[in-house]
This record gives sequence, C-alpha cells and structure tokens, in this order.
Amino acid sequence: MDFDLNDEQKMLQETVTRFVAETYDFQKREHALKTPEGWSREAYAGLAEMGLLALPFAEEEGGFGGGGVEMMIVMEALGRGLMVEPYFATVVLAGGVLRHGASAEQRADIVPGIVAGEHILALAHSEAGLPRHTLMARATASSTDDGWTLDGRKIAVIHGQSADTFVVSAMTEAGLSLFLVDAAADGVTVEGKRGYDGVPVATVAFAGVNVAKEALIGSPGQGEDILSRVFEEATAALVAESVGAMVETFDVTVDYLKTRQQFGIAIGSFQALQHRAVEMLMQLELSRSMSILAALSLDIDADQRSRNISAAKAQIGKSGRIIGQEAVQMHGAIGITAEYKVGHAFKRLTAIDALLGDRDWHLARLVEKRGVYPVAA
Amino acid sequence: MKLDFTPEETAFRDEVRSFLKDALPDDLRRKMINRDHLTKEDTVRWQRILNARGWAVTHWPVEYGGQAWTPAQRYIFQEEMALAHAPEGSPFNVNMIGPVLCKFGTAAQQERFLAATANIDIWWCQGFSEPGAGSDLASLKTTAVRDGDHYVLNGQKIWTTQAQHADWMFGLFRTDSSGKKQQGITFLLLDMKTPGITVRPIETIDGEHDANEVFFDDVRVPVENIIGEEGRGWDVAKHLLGSERSGIARIGLSKERLSQLRALETRLAADGTLTGEEQRRLAHKLAEVEVELRALELTQLRVVAADAHGGGANAAASILKVKGTEMQQRMTELVTELAGPAGLAMPDHDHAPNDPDDGWVNAAAPFYFTMRKVSIFGGSNEVQKNIIAKTMLGL
Repeated sequence: MDFDLNDEQKMLQETVTRFVAETYDFQKREHALKTPEGWSREAYAGLAEMGLLALPFAEEEGGFGGGGVEMMIVMEALGRGLMVEPYFATVVLAGGVLRHGASAEQRADIVPGIVAGEHILALAHSEAGLPRHTLMARATASSTDDGWTLDGRKIAVIHGQSADTFVVSAMTEAGLSLFLVDAAADGVTVEGKRGYDGVPVATVAFAGVNVAKEALIGSPGQGEDILSRVFEEATAALVAESVGAMVETFDVTVDYLKTRQQFGIAIGSFQALQHRAVEMLMQLELSRSMSILAALSLDIDADQRSRNISAAKAQIGKSGRIIGQEAVQMHGAIGITAEYKVGHAFKRLTAIDALLGDRDWHLARLVEKRGVYPVAA
Repeated sequence: MKLDFTPEETAFRDEVRSFLKDALPDDLRRKMINRDHLTKEDTVRWQRILNARGWAVTHWPVEYGGQAWTPAQRYIFQEEMALAHAPEGSPFNVNMIGPVLCKFGTAAQQERFLAATANIDIWWCQGFSEPGAGSDLASLKTTAVRDGDHYVLNGQKIWTTQAQHADWMFGLFRTDSSGKKQQGITFLLLDMKTPGITVRPIETIDGEHDANEVFFDDVRVPVENIIGEEGRGWDVAKHLLGSERSGIARIGLSKERLSQLRALETRLAADGTLTGEEQRRLAHKLAEVEVELRALELTQLRVVAADAHGGGANAAASILKVKGTEMQQRMTELVTELAGPAGLAMPDHDHAPNDPDDGWVNAAAPFYFTMRKVSIFGGSNEVQKNIIAKTMLGL
C-alpha cells in the first residue's frame, strides 16, 4: 500500500501545476473563451511543448506510456485551471479510441499530430433520443465497394467545432463500429455551440459521408468493446479533473471567508459558515481518495474496474455538487456573477457530473453489479 | 502508488484471521452479530483471550506489552477484528488510561496498574463530563482540595459509562479555579470503593444501563494517585483524546455491518418480507452507502500510509471522526428500516430467540438509538468541525 507519487510523477505534478498557475490565470481563460474558437491555441501548444499531449501513448509511437496515475496528475492540474482546451476531447477520448482500437498504421498516421498539438480530434458518439450514456447509436455505416457511407446526427460533441478529424460511432451489420472521418469531408456539417462550462460542444451531422475502408477502427462490431474501455479511462480522467476543480473552488472559498467582512468581522468567523467549509473539505478528501482508486483501477480485472470507476464517478457527482453549491452560496451575490471564478468552477463541476454517466447512472450500474465491494463467494 | 498490501501484510492478515476464527467463542460472535448487549464478563473474557496472545493492547509501547506494528498492521488487525465479529475490549482500559499511564505514569504507577489494565484485572471508568461540562469540558467544577497527603473530592460526574462495574476511575478534577479554566485541572486515579462515592444509574434510550452519575462527597484520594503534575491535567486529557486517530472511523465495523445488510437483503427478498420496489430502493441505498464507505476506507488508508511516514498534520485524518460516525449511524438506520414493525419488541436478554438468525430484528432499533452517541462522545462532531475550521482552514 503506497499513496506516494514516485519521483517522476512528483516532477510531472510540479511541472504541470506550475504551468497552469503561471500561464493560465482566470483572465487568460476569459480571453480564450471570447475568441471565435473559444479556447487558446497558445495554451494548447504549451501543453504540447511540455509533452503532455504524448502522455498516454506508447513510447514506440512517440508517447510517454503514462498510466492512470500520470493522467490523474495532469487532469487534476487542468481541473484547477478550469482549462477548456481540447485535452480531454483529443488525448483522452479520441486518443483512447486510437490506443485501444486503432491499427499500428492508423496510430502512426495520427498520433504524431496529436502529440504535436496540431491535430484536433473529437469523439462523435452521443445522439438525441437515446439513453444519455450508452454504447448504442442510431447512426449507420453502410458498406460500399471501396469503404463505408455514414449517416447520422451526433450531439454534445466536445470540441466538435475545432476538430480536424472525428471519431464517429455508427451501426454496421456487425454492430457498433468506429470510424475516422475527416471534418472537411463532403456531407459533414458542424454546428458549434458554447458549453455552459466554457468547453465548446457541437452538433455534427453526417449525411452520406463516404470514407475509405481504412477509416474503420478495429473490426466491424468492435465499437462497444473499445468505447466501454475508453469511457472507463475517460471517467477516471474526469474524476481527477473534478478534484482539481474542487480544490480550486475550496481554496478560493476559504480565502474569501477570511477576507470578506460583514457586520464588522470576517465572515469566516461565523460558525454556520465554518462548518459548511469543513463539509466542503471532507467532500474534497473523499473525492480525492476515489480519484486515486479510479487511477489505480485502470488495469485491474474488468468487473472490479467498472465497480471502482463507477463508485468514483458517483462520489464526485455528489461532492462536486455540494462543493460547487456551497462555494457559490458562501460567496453571496459575487458567486453568481460571470466575472468571478467560483461560478465557472461550479459550472464545470456540474458538466462533469453530466458527462459519461451522472451519479445516478453510476449508482444504477453499481446496483446491477451488487455494489462496490467484491461479492463474497 | 498502489493499493495492494505487501506479501508480509497479507500474511499478517491471514494470521490474524485464523487466530480469530479459532479463538473467538461462538456465543460472543453470535451476540456481536445480533448487536446484543455485552456483559462485563463477556468483555473481560475476550480481552483476556487477546491478552494471552499478546494482542489486547497492541498500540501501547512495546516495553509495556504493545506490538511494534506498522500503521498498516494496526489497520488490518482492527478490520479483521470487526469482520470476525470480535468485541473491541474495554476502550477505557485499552485506548484511554493505558496509553496515559505509559506516557505520564510514574514507574510505580506503571508497575501497579499497566499489566492489570491490559488484562482487565482492573476495570476502569472515565470521570470527565459533568452536568455543566460537556463539550466545554474545561469548565468542569468537581473539586480536589489538598489535605495533607490526600486530595478531597467533592462534586459530580455524569455519563460515566459502566461506572457500576468499575474498580477504578481516572478523572479530571479542579485543584485551582483562579486562572484560565484549562489551568488548575488535575488528572487523578481513584479506587471506586473509596468511601463517599455514590454511583447512580442512568437508563438510556436503548433501554440499557451503561451510563451513570457519580457523586463525590469528601472522597479522599492519596496524592500518589496523581498523573503528571497538579494543575496540568488538561495536557494529559488532550493526549488521551487525541490518541489512536487511525482507528477512530471504525471502518471495519461499518464494513461488517454492510456485509450483514447484504445478507439481510438476500434473505428478506427471498422470504417475501421486501416487495420488489422495496428491494430496488434498498439496492440503491446500499449502493450509495457503499460508495461513501469505500471513499472513507481509502481516506483512512491514506492516513494510515501517512502515519507510516511519521504522520503529522494530514487533511484526511480530521474527516475520519465526523464521516466515520455518520457512516456507522447510517448503517444502523438501514438495519432498523429493514426490521420494520417486527423490530418494535425490545430484545429479551433472558430468552434468546429460537432461531439465532432472528436476533438482529429486535436489536436493530435499540442499536440505532444508542449509536446516536458516537457523534456526541469523544468531542461532538460539531466540536470536531470547530477544530478543523480553526486548525486546518485557519478560520
């Protein structure tokens, strides 16, 4: 049993935390949100320079071969800064599909561009009218003589507007399958939207989009297996990001309690607020414990892995809501203004609960599996 | 980072598990499963079995009979004890006065009391709270006035757990009221057979008699029974209340309770007690509680790991008392819900149920009621939050 980071991990944590603190303050973020793309190419290039975009990819593909703990470290730091850049979309989600499903040729083709920060990918999977977190799709891919034809409409595509390439889920005769689709291909329509948390989302329509045979990731029908694995990893990454956002929210709130004066005294001297701040701290520590659990569960057996990851996501759904709401409440009116950081953290925590299965979804999966703990024989 | 125990730790766990399997008497195990009330004899019998193995007072210094265990070993031992349904022994002996004697006792006091305390040849009770001194313990008023080579005690203690069984009391008494209230408090040991002591029972909401009032009427205590210096008892008390932080959440007990709830879930679904909708509701509640328990367990393990490095302030440690007691209480709520109207009848200590598996039904509600105490004693959860706000948040 060991909860310490090793020396390389400590260095990674120090580097990425310093990068976020020094180059991505709240004003920088505000400025990025107001650009047409809604995020900062400069900041993303900074992540690339530090090698963070290479983190999860295998060393022979130009990556660092980082695991769950390394990803936790990076995502927590990005969470502290409320970074809206396409790290999660490109490296974690689409990159995860490439790592778990793509051929060596496909990876050799795409991973270098991701690592350099030049190639933005987005996962186009969710659809209206289906369960909110599911491995199903209504989009179709029909086999043609020289490839596939894709039809369908995807929603909540994170960073869809900036994507150079989409990873698209669609049904074939063999079941759910995944395809690489050039964003500039004929028949692709992207309708970009602003996410309430600052992260751009898009609705993407595919109307008779023709792709080559080589666009298929893995084999036909392999989409469920690939996506379920990727979603587990991505969930662990979101859990870590939420812990970062919670830390930031908590720190800002405690600082405010110490400085804000009312009735001639710092409001942090009021016991009603002190006890609520302590509850925030407790929720934060419980969440951190579960983030560690999720990070250490990525390579264990599939059944226990999904229990652990669902438990972690369920925990941060609850804790994130408590921490976000309490932070806004204790700030008073300033907490609901757009120019103050804490409201944005609250919104990101809300979005994280909604993504990849909310607290109820993960509790339902735990019910189905009869709990978090291994069932005794 | 890794979660697994080392091979040595796993071997240790197996050793503990196998010992408990053989050593714990069946009737005690059954009582614990049913949350039946343990008698003094039950507690003494079990602690002596543990003591014979060298495991009654494991966290005492080795020279006084403790074990040089790592924090992980302590954690494993406590968890295995709980999962095996083993009683904990007397907290007053094991966790309170024992460590105090080890740290503050004179050689003569250690010689006189420590071995007897470990074996419960002496049954201790704690004289801290008073009618006017609960959370504000330092405002206690029971006086100890020096008269030659004795202190003369007058006043009253309250909530004194198991004072009716106690051979000796350790307590806090006021020897000086001129300065700050934390000053002028003295830590004394007294024989409960000393003339002038009256113990009066307090029945609690679980229908049991564990708590008492203790009255002191010119009780003469030899000066040699002082622990530490006169007027420095508050330091001793703070040490006592702060020791054994790693066990305070009682995660093992909650895990044991959870396994019982899981067994009841299966049984009550099979025998028709729970409707389908109730089963679904219960499954959801259990999933929620398991998530929080797992989070708490890992938080405890983080503290255990930090303690292995020498500990120090750890943000995670402070949450254990508050969240651990909330968790224990949540478990008792769930079992009481499952008992339903069948659980209205109070347990009958003289007539065990025909089916030993039915004992939980009547024990559920009394246990729920009594477990409200865990967020009150040892520093109420509100006091804990005050401490966290002050020391960790700087508020």
